[in-house]
Amino acid sequence: MADKLVIGDQELDSRLFTGTGKFAKQDLIPETIKAARSQVVTMALRRVDFDSPQHNVINYIPDDCVLLPNTSGARTAEEAVRIARIAEAAGCGNWVKIEVISDNKYLLPDNQETLKATEILAKEGFVVLPYVSPDLMVAKRLEEAGAAAVMPLGAPIGSNRGLKTKELVRILIEEIELPIVVDAGIGKPSQAAEAMEMGADAVLVNTAIATAKDPVVMGDAFAAAVEAGRKAYLAGTGAVKKYASASSPLTGFLKEDQE
Amino acid sequence: MKITVNGKEEEVKAGLTIVDYLESKDLEAGRVVIEYNGQVIKQDKWEQIELAEDDNLEILNFVGGGQ
Repeated sequence: MADKLVIGDQELDSRLFTGTGKFAKQDLIPETIKAARSQVVTMALRRVDFDSPQHNVINYIPDDCVLLPNTSGARTAEEAVRIARIAEAAGCGNWVKIEVISDNKYLLPDNQETLKATEILAKEGFVVLPYVSPDLMVAKRLEEAGAAAVMPLGAPIGSNRGLKTKELVRILIEEIELPIVVDAGIGKPSQAAEAMEMGADAVLVNTAIATAKDPVVMGDAFAAAVEAGRKAYLAGTGAVKKYASASSPLTGFLKEDQE
Repeated sequence: MKITVNGKEEEVKAGLTIVDYLESKDLEAGRVVIEYNGQVIKQDKWEQIELAEDDNLEILNFVGGGQ
């Protein structure tokens, strides 16, 4: 049976979302996305710097990917809403990752402003994926507000520290009907697999891939880990026990009984 | 005349269209998103809009970003 991830109007085969930030060269982006088999790719919107104009990063994202513009840079719900509307008007489709951050040290999201922005944008027909600190009550409100998924952080953005919020994310997976996409903090493929084994519906990885010595190979490694973790979740992992449990019959090699 | 571009005031010639302005900055059309007085303007309209005194132009671009 096909194991698809359904978000908004899309049926996705890939459960690895990727970002386009921090690549040493933009040329690496298309090949890395391909190696990661990623179908959802996020990017940001900024004022053009006239002194060193960059190429539009959308030119580097394969055409068959779902674009997930994020509202990074927004400090309030109003700013996030404005960015989402601009991105849609610019032809990015109607998906948006809400990111509202005013804490510059840990870049932790402002859950309340994020909820406000989600309420407004979901009503306008956006497919809203809010980035939040894992909090059950906020996730429930997001669900009521019409979010398409919930994206809890594993650890602070770009920290590569792994699933530090594991228990809280586990509760979201258990209690929230919407897809849970673990976003931020995942530093290694094993940590992505850990999130998927636990039942996360997808993960979003940027820094760990983009800043690897070889982003293309790392993209492939993350894709394999996400697939492995997903399969393990579907297969159902065995029970954890305190004492040993032999995997061959408990008789002696030649004698009938063990001492 | 004076207009505001990306939050900064700037002196420009009267009669410039958005396309003319982008050309004067060596910006390739198709690479940027334009918000003109608070409204996003599709690229096919850029040629028709003549900038006027006190206009507010935001010239934006999609850049790499993830989390």
